[in-house]
Amino acid sequence: MKLVIAFFVGLPLLAQVTHERLLNAEKEPGNWLTYSGNFAGHRFSPLQQINDTNASQLQPAWVYQSNSLQKFETTPIVVDGVMYISEAPSHVTALDTKTGRPLWKYRRPMADDIRVCCGQVNRGVAVLGDLVYVGTIDAHLVALDAKTGAVRWDTTVADYRAGLSITVAPLAVKDKIVVGIAGGEYGIRGFLDAYDAKTGKLAWRFWTVPAAGDPEAKTWAGESYKNGSAATWVTGAYDPETNLLYWGTGNPGPDWNGEVRAGDNLYSDCLLALDVDTGKLKWYFQFTPHDVHDWDATEVPVLIDAEIRGQKRKLVLFPNRNAFSYVLDRTTGQFLMGRPYAKQTWATGLDDSGRPIRVAGTSPTVAGTRVWPSVAGANNWYSPSFSPKTGLLYVAAREAGSVYFFGKADFKAGEQYNGGGFRSIPGEEEWGAIRALKPTTGEVAWEHRLFTPPYAGVLSTAGNLVFGATNEGQIFALNAATGKLLWRFQGGGLVRSNPMSYLSEGKQYVAMALGNSLYVFHVR
Amino acid sequence: MFWLATLLLFQTPPPVLDLPARNPHTTSADLADGKQLYQGRCAGCHGPEGSGGKGANLAVPVLPRAADDRSLYRIIRYGLPDTEMPGSLMDAREIWQTAAFVRSLGSVSAAPVAGDTRNGERVLRGKAGCLQCHALGNEGGRAGPSLTGIGARRGAAHLRAKIADPASEVHESFRMVQVTTRDGRTVRGTRLNEDSWSIQLRDAAGAFHSLWKEEIAKLVSERRTTMPPYRDRLNEQELTDLVAYLSAERGAQ
Repeated sequence: MKLVIAFFVGLPLLAQVTHERLLNAEKEPGNWLTYSGNFAGHRFSPLQQINDTNASQLQPAWVYQSNSLQKFETTPIVVDGVMYISEAPSHVTALDTKTGRPLWKYRRPMADDIRVCCGQVNRGVAVLGDLVYVGTIDAHLVALDAKTGAVRWDTTVADYRAGLSITVAPLAVKDKIVVGIAGGEYGIRGFLDAYDAKTGKLAWRFWTVPAAGDPEAKTWAGESYKNGSAATWVTGAYDPETNLLYWGTGNPGPDWNGEVRAGDNLYSDCLLALDVDTGKLKWYFQFTPHDVHDWDATEVPVLIDAEIRGQKRKLVLFPNRNAFSYVLDRTTGQFLMGRPYAKQTWATGLDDSGRPIRVAGTSPTVAGTRVWPSVAGANNWYSPSFSPKTGLLYVAAREAGSVYFFGKADFKAGEQYNGGGFRSIPGEEEWGAIRALKPTTGEVAWEHRLFTPPYAGVLSTAGNLVFGATNEGQIFALNAATGKLLWRFQGGGLVRSNPMSYLSEGKQYVAMALGNSLYVFHVR
Repeated sequence: MFWLATLLLFQTPPPVLDLPARNPHTTSADLADGKQLYQGRCAGCHGPEGSGGKGANLAVPVLPRAADDRSLYRIIRYGLPDTEMPGSLMDAREIWQTAAFVRSLGSVSAAPVAGDTRNGERVLRGKAGCLQCHALGNEGGRAGPSLTGIGARRGAAHLRAKIADPASEVHESFRMVQVTTRDGRTVRGTRLNEDSWSIQLRDAAGAFHSLWKEEIAKLVSERRTTMPPYRDRLNEQELTDLVAYLSAERGAQ
């Protein structure tokens, strides 16, 4: 009798996603437990059933069609045969990983006065224990029962009427759910939050923009910090050894009018290193002080240990929207290396501390100023990938510039606070590439040219593959060592997502949202 | 297609817009601000006086796509899908000010275009031979852009410049491509689409061709036009009359 009870009690415990399991994600390569596949932000799959010898035989196993016509940006999470995806605006669906058939659906009714700059999108869910977590476009954090989709708790993070929303995939660390905020075009006061995973109670909040009297307020002219934005809309990384959370922050508000906010504008366009237990700032590094081009530092930090300047160090790699790829010491935040990985015309270089040396005359003007990279950057929210097998950092790089306009900036709560605008450069031939960078030097090992600047992330695998996607509807696989094209598939829609890989009943699949559908590929 | 990348930040309009039915920013100060915004962001395609270019002729009393103020606001804010008209991140007041200036363009340029439209039609069908390549209603060819309703889209000055010297500006969708394949074939035509690994074109006879880039030894792609310059083919009166006829061509109403 005792044995039987132990069996029934033990089974659900086995299915729980513990912090231990998240820490050791590489020990269960058939699952994909966090947004980036591991806490280090690698977006690397150790699976190799699909590899450079058979990738040419990849074909769709199943397709899941979303009803939403918004951009489909989700990265699926896979736990023990079940896939959890978010769908625009704030829905969650559990799918059978083998057949693509839905197991349950959470459908959130949405207000019709949502304020977002760039689409009612969502980039994915987090899992911990027996719960699935989703941030919503009306700025709530919701915990769902992983078996049924029933709401366990629903916490209001912010008031969406003021232009705050959640598009980021939360990150589950220890007993907390970390979630960032979007709204950088609405003059919000940005922050990063951690909630108690069981109850939904706020554990800590780190304000990315100061309050009156804070020392950082001196980096903003007058009271301009009050609408300083610095949103936190892309999932960060975590290192259990430093116990630090690494999270990027967005542009200062207003985007293109820097005159109203003279100063460096902390902590906009920064990488923050926060103690995950307390939310206390350990260090920060600001990539673009006093940004006037909307170059959010909301990219995925990539944590690796490698030798640099003759010494093995704990590093964080950061290919930034401003077209420089950075290497920092992730214990101290010390700048170690920075180098352009795409065309840029705004800085002659970086000084010894990593601060950009700006080119005069690159600020937006009423008549328009041409600057590279474009407003969407040389990189954006979509993920890079690091392969421990090849030792290369893969980036979907964008070769484009913008004409930047300066405009008036009058703040009104709930309305866009841009102070200007932009357009593409007339007659410019924009293009892009998947680039493999040597992580500590920034040198390009190879590139695969793309017809237009991509806006989708990459996945590398132990099968010597790099997966990516184009604006013209293709998902493709490259040889991770050489960049040679091995496979392509035309899915007929824009791709605004990241690829991932998993096992179902021992067989490898690769999944990526394309158009309004989730495509899942395998080799028969 | 090619321009989608520039639309990334605009996307679809929200389902409900709390917009006033009439433009609330139409004072002379608003118009002055709107003119400045227009010159920076719109004039490149629509021309400084709004008489059109790559973009539509805005110097018309009624904008075909924006009869009311809300429609004009939405076009400036969100752009027009499947055209090169992008959206904008200007704030609400700036959009209204720009809209006010755009409306003012229509009231100053309503004067009829000089010239004899009946003679213009004779030139179009006879000496100039426009319909060999251009469609007009159900007639004409398809190598060049359609002339149906051209007067509503393009200003007279722009039409005159384009007829006299067509190479002055060639639309992205009339890019000429010459492809030589690895097995020695040569295909010439208008590029209809292109991506990282393939290209699709239509040759002068109207046949479609689709090629993988890996099959291609040489690809020459240029914004070029097969339309000859009419500066020396038509006399001044014929050119004036042809422009008058095209300006009056407003399509089926």
